[in-house]
Amino acid sequence: MQLDPKEVEELAKALYVRALKLLPPDIKRGFERLSAAETDATARTILGTMVQNIAVAERTNNLLCQDTGIPIYNVTIGRNVDFDGVALIAAIRLGCERATREHPLRSSVVHPITRKNEQTSCGVRIPIINVDFDARDETVAIEMIPKGSGSENGSFLQMLIPADGVGAIKRFVIDRVIECGGRVCPPTIVGVGVGGTSDLCMHLAKVAATRPLGTTCADPEGAKIEAELSEAVNELGIGPQGLGGRGTSFRVHVEVAATHITMNPVAVNIQCHSARRAVGLITPGGVSFI
Amino acid sequence: MAHYTLDMPVSDAQVRALKVGDTVTLERTLFGIRDATLIAMFDRGRTTRFDLRGHAVVHTAPNVRKVDPRPSNACPYEPVCIGTTTSMRMERFTRPLMQRDGVRIIIGKGGMGQGTLDALRDLGGVYLAVVGGAAALETTWIEAIEDVDMDDLHPESLWKFRIKGFGPLLVSMDAHGGSLHADVNAAALSRRDAVLAKLGASGPARA
Repeated sequence: MQLDPKEVEELAKALYVRALKLLPPDIKRGFERLSAAETDATARTILGTMVQNIAVAERTNNLLCQDTGIPIYNVTIGRNVDFDGVALIAAIRLGCERATREHPLRSSVVHPITRKNEQTSCGVRIPIINVDFDARDETVAIEMIPKGSGSENGSFLQMLIPADGVGAIKRFVIDRVIECGGRVCPPTIVGVGVGGTSDLCMHLAKVAATRPLGTTCADPEGAKIEAELSEAVNELGIGPQGLGGRGTSFRVHVEVAATHITMNPVAVNIQCHSARRAVGLITPGGVSFI
Repeated sequence: MAHYTLDMPVSDAQVRALKVGDTVTLERTLFGIRDATLIAMFDRGRTTRFDLRGHAVVHTAPNVRKVDPRPSNACPYEPVCIGTTTSMRMERFTRPLMQRDGVRIIIGKGGMGQGTLDALRDLGGVYLAVVGGAAALETTWIEAIEDVDMDDLHPESLWKFRIKGFGPLLVSMDAHGGSLHADVNAAALSRRDAVLAKLGASGPARA
């Protein structure tokens, strides 16, 4: 299959808008589970308003949240795909710009020092474009994540040492969830990276925060911590929007990487309840959405 | 706990009557403000032509569509999606915004800190919690964008919205020292040690 940059551009544009408007089914099911378990009256009302908002967004064809986020595109290229990498990156960038201009969307992206907004949702090294490869034949998958800033500001890294042990990893997560309170727009998905280097650890936390609900860490030890922490964060009483209740988080997700004998890094990256993402596939048969 | 409908702007007595746990629906006028607007106003000395005395501001930067001015509305924007951002980043601006510009009500998400709570008590104000992330719904409470100032900061301009039935919003910080956010945080901290013990992870806050 020859990858057509024009097709990539159109898909990058469509995915940004689609992600902003349609919440994935796993997150909707997450709301059902949290609502069923919630006993606090205020929390139940707040969860009800969030569910109502999802319906209003669908009915009025509007954005779920005003925060158009930092655009992230995760591209996974399968086998037997011919592509021009430079053209691929340029096409995604153009699609992102066009979505912003043509919908129109709020450009939430500024230069980090001058704070100048180019009104394109693009800037130096933004959108973030991650490219990976897998074994699917003649398939290119593009996942678009508009990462909201309220929850992105709930990001933390600590270079723990081996003597701190696993206990310090768990404690770090619980303390950061308490510290964030309602600022990260709970109920959240708490993404936790364990191991690697500092940059990989932080990236793992993002991968964990944006993983679909219902998936489990592939590493059995990571999965164990994930289950324990998922129980624990909902015993803190922070609740939806930090206004009290059981439903602080849909789930804690953990991703792990091997690390150095001297290191024990842990990172937290939080995803808000508007846990938006959209995936499109390009195959010889055309474009489809998952 | 009572429900109030407030026709903006409000008086000192109206604001001080509100208590944590009450709910409020706003009518008529609401202003939108956020980081860059407040930095411009209070770090760079800019002023607005809007009269904010007795008014409410919501922490927001909206998605808007540029339109030609119409006979019904001279403002060249119409709303696309208007929601609320995390308030805590704007903490140091609450007091000057109330003191200099006379703002009485702050609407946001996630709550604010002690500095804001002190300003609300000293100057007579409340913080109203809106459900963050529920912007499609919030947009249905906004009839029109009536005016915009400091639009060189777009989208972090100072927006004037015409609203209808904006709420219900929860009074989560009041003029009497009450803060639901502080209460929830204290409760979470009080549960911390038991939660960590169950995880086999007891210890001080920073390793």
